[in-house]
Amino acid sequence: MIEIVLEDRCIRCAACVRACPTNVYEGEPGDLPVIARQDDCQTCFLCEAYCPVDALYVSPLNKPDRSLVRSELESHGLVGGFARDIGWARGHPPTAKSGI
Amino acid sequence: MSKNYPSSDRAGETSHELNLLADVLVIGGSLAGSWAAYTARAAGADVVVVEKGYLGTAGVVAAASCGGRHILPDDHEQRHRTIYQQHDIACSLDDVAFIERVYDECYRVGKKLQALGFTPGGAGPNNLTSFPGPYSMNFLRNLLLRSGVRILDNSPALELLTNEGVVSGAAGVNRVTGVSWSVRAGAVILATGGNAFRSGAMGTNGSTGDGYLMAAEVGASFTGMEYSGHYGIAPINSSCTKGFWYSSATFFDARGQELPINGWAAVPTVAKAILETGAAFAQITKPNPLVVRGGTTAFHVYCKRVGLDPAKEKFQIELLYEGTVRAVGGLPVDDAGATDVPGLFAVGDVTDRTKLAGAAMSGAGPAIAWCLASGEWTGKSAAASATGRRRDALSGILEANGRVGLRPSHGNGQPLGHSEITKSVQDEILPLGKNCFRHESTLRHSLTRLDGLWASSRAGLRGGDARELLKAREAAALIASGRWIYEAALSRTETRGLHRRIDHRESDPSQLHRIRVGGFDQVWTDTAPIADTSMHKSAEHKQPAGAAS
Repeated sequence: MIEIVLEDRCIRCAACVRACPTNVYEGEPGDLPVIARQDDCQTCFLCEAYCPVDALYVSPLNKPDRSLVRSELESHGLVGGFARDIGWARGHPPTAKSGI
Repeated sequence: MSKNYPSSDRAGETSHELNLLADVLVIGGSLAGSWAAYTARAAGADVVVVEKGYLGTAGVVAAASCGGRHILPDDHEQRHRTIYQQHDIACSLDDVAFIERVYDECYRVGKKLQALGFTPGGAGPNNLTSFPGPYSMNFLRNLLLRSGVRILDNSPALELLTNEGVVSGAAGVNRVTGVSWSVRAGAVILATGGNAFRSGAMGTNGSTGDGYLMAAEVGASFTGMEYSGHYGIAPINSSCTKGFWYSSATFFDARGQELPINGWAAVPTVAKAILETGAAFAQITKPNPLVVRGGTTAFHVYCKRVGLDPAKEKFQIELLYEGTVRAVGGLPVDDAGATDVPGLFAVGDVTDRTKLAGAAMSGAGPAIAWCLASGEWTGKSAAASATGRRRDALSGILEANGRVGLRPSHGNGQPLGHSEITKSVQDEILPLGKNCFRHESTLRHSLTRLDGLWASSRAGLRGGDARELLKAREAAALIASGRWIYEAALSRTETRGLHRRIDHRESDPSQLHRIRVGGFDQVWTDTAPIADTSMHKSAEHKQPAGAAS
């Protein structure tokens, strides 16, 4: 489940809000995205893939995990790692025009 | 009901806040829907796709990676091997000539995709229809937008619109803005996927049987629904039902006893271990370059993030229901993708795929091939059918067909909320002891509960805002799908493929027929020979009087 939005890394582009297939986030471009409906998260990691700045961390567990420590995740290189695992370079996600 | 959604079952041309007109409307924007939309557009049709999530990440393909099974030209040996790859587990229900047509088409579509710039990684025939999900669906989104297909994201269809029974569009809401919409179209293609009952299996949260519900409301019925006792193997508390690690693993029961089988075929054995010893475990024992290199991304990410070395330690596994997503049941369609309802077409997982995979899994290779082949055939035929339809058939007042969850009958009964309904349906559908291994008594018990849920929901289930409206409709689709699956399962008094009856453990040659199931207030079943194409035709007389329709 999506657990962490890193406020200091997030550039408020709302790519995660737009890309989430289950409408978990709330927020417009310019806002810090809010994890509004964590229960609806299907742990597909796709918001991480669409984040251009590695500002998101999706826990691989399908239940909330209160034990996560940001510094540990970062020291293990885990924050945003999904994008690289599928071959999407950080900061260079494929671009897609918006639908109507 | 959403303050913006019309309560009337008569839809005028300006009844909704956004009203569009198109030749072809595609409902659902994963692989099959996207390819059908592209093909219809390429044939000259004006196309709109509505997707309840985001076209690019929605659907099971975006969250997975697999290849489409295809036949290489001029390689007789490969042709034969590919066609017969799953023949032995199809339980005499597959159609070899049909399989050959699908896999030939998958090759041709793969070449077409390559010509359009699709480069999923590496060249060579084996990568022809490889579909790394995130890349593939992002590619298709861009392709559709470049082609002039209109995409409505976050826009679940809630109901079909008809003109004297001919499907002529759909209507729904935008779940973010709350705006109600309608799209009138000469042909409608359902691409809403199967139903995994919100089990948590990877990428299936949106696969709630919405298309079944909408199709049945205009008179459609289903075949192959009983071949649905399939579960995906996942590390415990994860969604990770994808990945090719199963065949590299050894499985154990809770006592540490090694199970005699691995791979997909191990599912019932693992289920038995969980039911009888309380748990099951796995360990990667046969090094597989795909697993080692992280080629199976979801499993690789899971291991890395929980700090598991799956080759060095045993890890607990569980089974997540994959319902009709990885199985074969659904709407029967002809080779042009037409359902038995005029104006309504269907592609991908929402259709009956028994001709392709028999009573076994359609997942992965066959499923991707079917998404592309059915998208290709149906996109073309829907475009031809739509452009031949007179525009005045799409004007004026249309019938709005949504019932349960949308327009309650206000009869007796106190409906539960949508989350309680989902939980109650899951209590009957997800347990291994009820659905992986079926028995007349448990099926009847579950059906009694599901019938009760249906009756109370019909009377009063309704959404509030746009999101709640969607969830109410999804809950209605879960109940309806569960009843169709279990009624079909009850009528098949034998074990065949993914339908396992512990009170009828053998296959019965006299039951080599198709079971069709449909109806709402009274669910009905009937049978027809597997070769009988008249099964495809509608049989209105089967609808009991007084049904919610």
